[in-house]
Amino acid sequence: MDSPSALDPPAEAAGPSAPLLVECVGLRKTFGGVVALNDADFNAIAGEVHALVGENGAGKSTLIKAIGGRIRPDAGTIRIKGQAQALGAPEDGHALGIRTVFQELTLLGGMTVAENLLIGREPRGRLGFIHRRRMGEEAEALLARMGIEHIDPLALVEETSLAERQIVEIVRAINNRPDILLLDEPTSSLVEREVNWLYGQIEELRKRDTCIIFTSHRWHEIRNVADRITVFRAGRHVGTFEDIDESEAITLMTGKRVSTLYPAVPPLPARDAALEAKGLRGGRLNGVDLTLHKGEILGVGGLAGHGHRELFFSLFGAERTSGGEILVGGKPVRLASPRQATRRGIDIALVPEDRKTEGLFLGMSIRNNMTLSVLGRISSAGVLNFGAERRVAEEMARRLGVRMQGLRHPVGSLSGGNQQKVLIGRWLLMEPRILLLYDITRGVDVATKHELYELVSRLAGQGHSILLYSSDAEELAHLPHRVLVMREGRIARELAGPDMTAESIVSAAVRDTAQS
Amino acid sequence: MPQPKRKAAWIRLVEQNAGLVLSAVLLVIAIVLYCAIYYAAQGRLPGGFELTTTVNNTMPLVFAGAAQAIVVITGGIDLSVGGVIDLTNALAALYLGDSPLSMVLCTIGVIAVGGACGLLNGLLVAYGRLQPILVTLATLAIFQGLAIRVLPAPGGSVPEAYTAILANFEAPYSLVFIVVLLVVWALVRRTSIGVGIYAIGNDDLAAKSSGVKNLRSRVTAYVLSGMLAAVAGLFLVANATSGDPTTGNGYTLRSIVAVVLGGISLFGGRGTPISAVIGAFVSTMIVNILFFAQIDPLYQSFFEGVFLVVAVLLTAIISRLMRRRAVA
Ligand SMILES: Nc1ncnc2c1ncn2[C@@H]1O[C@H](COP(=O)(O)OP(=O)(O)O)[C@@H](O)[C@H]1O
Ligand SMILES: [Mg+2]
Repeated sequence: MDSPSALDPPAEAAGPSAPLLVECVGLRKTFGGVVALNDADFNAIAGEVHALVGENGAGKSTLIKAIGGRIRPDAGTIRIKGQAQALGAPEDGHALGIRTVFQELTLLGGMTVAENLLIGREPRGRLGFIHRRRMGEEAEALLARMGIEHIDPLALVEETSLAERQIVEIVRAINNRPDILLLDEPTSSLVEREVNWLYGQIEELRKRDTCIIFTSHRWHEIRNVADRITVFRAGRHVGTFEDIDESEAITLMTGKRVSTLYPAVPPLPARDAALEAKGLRGGRLNGVDLTLHKGEILGVGGLAGHGHRELFFSLFGAERTSGGEILVGGKPVRLASPRQATRRGIDIALVPEDRKTEGLFLGMSIRNNMTLSVLGRISSAGVLNFGAERRVAEEMARRLGVRMQGLRHPVGSLSGGNQQKVLIGRWLLMEPRILLLYDITRGVDVATKHELYELVSRLAGQGHSILLYSSDAEELAHLPHRVLVMREGRIARELAGPDMTAESIVSAAVRDTAQS
Repeated sequence: MPQPKRKAAWIRLVEQNAGLVLSAVLLVIAIVLYCAIYYAAQGRLPGGFELTTTVNNTMPLVFAGAAQAIVVITGGIDLSVGGVIDLTNALAALYLGDSPLSMVLCTIGVIAVGGACGLLNGLLVAYGRLQPILVTLATLAIFQGLAIRVLPAPGGSVPEAYTAILANFEAPYSLVFIVVLLVVWALVRRTSIGVGIYAIGNDDLAAKSSGVKNLRSRVTAYVLSGMLAAVAGLFLVANATSGDPTTGNGYTLRSIVAVVLGGISLFGGRGTPISAVIGAFVSTMIVNILFFAQIDPLYQSFFEGVFLVVAVLLTAIISRLMRRRAVA
């Protein structure tokens, strides 16, 4: 299935007419035994926005790091502005007008936003010493010039949110007026409005003839801003296109044919309530009413900060409520801790978005990570039964289609989507009836998304009830039976049937906000 | 996007300098406690003489603590501080002459030797990519050995004029040197190297990606540390008026204590050497308190340890509370 002849890709874009700003030929990079780049080619020209797509682990970040000078390829040539370059350090790239926003951000947490923004180009006083007060003012002016007013330049980076850090990093890169700007998943932690801000910045840069290379897993983003799209698979360049639709791209990324991204919604059995919330209050929640039926996939949407996170964590007992009721199977329950939520008879499980900080132990094996929730069941007299543990984990990994080298490898070695599957597997082992899935496809590549969608749909078909929050309106429009749009801590709108489109979900969230 | 929500300048200042504020609070507590115990024992409050002796006795630790702090901020640790003090102390006792020229040259020479010791550490850590704790453990032994070689037994002498400058018995003039230290640090902090020292302590790789000169910053930090340790050695010799090649040994641990009492994170990237200066005074006050509480000297280190644990716990608890408030 890997053979390209089995595919008939759409016509590749004609060779670029403008001179090449970035030209990579035959790049190869291995990490231990893992081949991250395998004879990879890539090129980009001035004034274009070039999207780089591929599954998690396809080598996108490695390519960006090679061009940005953070790593040195084992073999191959990188030509920048026509000159072959041996980039060994980021500053080599800086000297050539290359700036990079790496996927793992590179801000210094214990230093202020201003220090981070202006590092290396701090304003100096008469004696050549850094002028701290002017630095704060300059940073403030710089942020304001780019339309950012909510970030305090004198705050420490560690006091800011992930999205704010992402923005600071982007501002810093742009402020250095690069000829080549590399952005590795710049939107992964941004909300809609911030994403639009970024588009605006990219548009400005394009006008200034900057070459922008970015990676993303959000297809509508790629389609909206990219002039050309390059597909990578398994460390190789598969093709570069001016126009390609999503399913064709997925086919190229995976080497498999995928007819549709979203599976058919499974039929609903009798409308028995599995989980109900009545007038739920506390934190940002301001009286939430909802009913999740047995076998139903119920979507939850809305802008960030409007309470969906609190809703999910309250329903899991991880956040305190100050009023209202939660009913499971028609009976009121008190959920003061996740332990109570996962108890037999209640059987609620939550899969959070941030796998690294909220669930997985990256250094531990896939097997240990999966069976953490059921250690009691696979132990006798307090002693873990390794045989049982392996059997249980093997079975679950097969059921979920975790792509791995082996159960004994650390979870950290898996791609993001497969890490997500391990986390889902952990909760499925507890045989929960109710699954709370909180933005589980964020930062996951399209192909793995497809697998996760099929999994969600299958689980619902098997009678699990699923409450699903997603920051991707497209996903909400296709995967669930119904969608609730939240606003200011309440359910503002319920959408079902033909009304359930990405546009209506977004506009429900936005219009309602505008009215307030 | 959320509306701008700026904190008041002073709240931010307190939050971002929590270590400094905490060490100052600790110092106030220690001083009050000391005065109370002193009063109970002597029937009067401590006066100018006590202040002068306390300052003179603390000066070596002030500089040793600052030396340690700079390396700790880079995310490292310098166990060789005590060895550098031994060596520079011995050299000063041997070579200090009575003429002003000799004193100036000898001072410069000794600080240069301290800088060279730091350079060795820095090169091994930065270019050799070795663990700071291992490198400085080894160089500690080397510097101690060299000190014994230079001055096999306690002895040598220090010109009175030198003692009068660094450890004047009349009044706490040496506080001036603390001001000099603060000014020098404020200037260093405003150079690319100063930024680099904090940056590499925060995240080495991120610093590099931000265009920081990692190796140069790290080596400079160790050199500065060595020079400050040498100054500590000079204060020690001036105060004792003669040399002792082993007198610095205790300063490795005491400098770390000063850093911890100063509320500087051993993880690096945060804090300022100024709070190590305050930590040094807190540490001296603890010893003074124990002295006037008439604790049997045999148990002194036991109680010093107890105080230290309490102080560190206090620091941790208060800073956690502050952080929670900051988030709320
Ligand atoms: N520093 C590293 N050490 C070990 N393996 C790595 C490292 N960086 C990347 N890899 C591996 O190289 C492959 C490509 O990774 P990457 O370039 O990050 O992919 P992408 O960005 O397309 O998701 C993956 O299999 C990944 O696990
Ligand atoms: Mg990547």
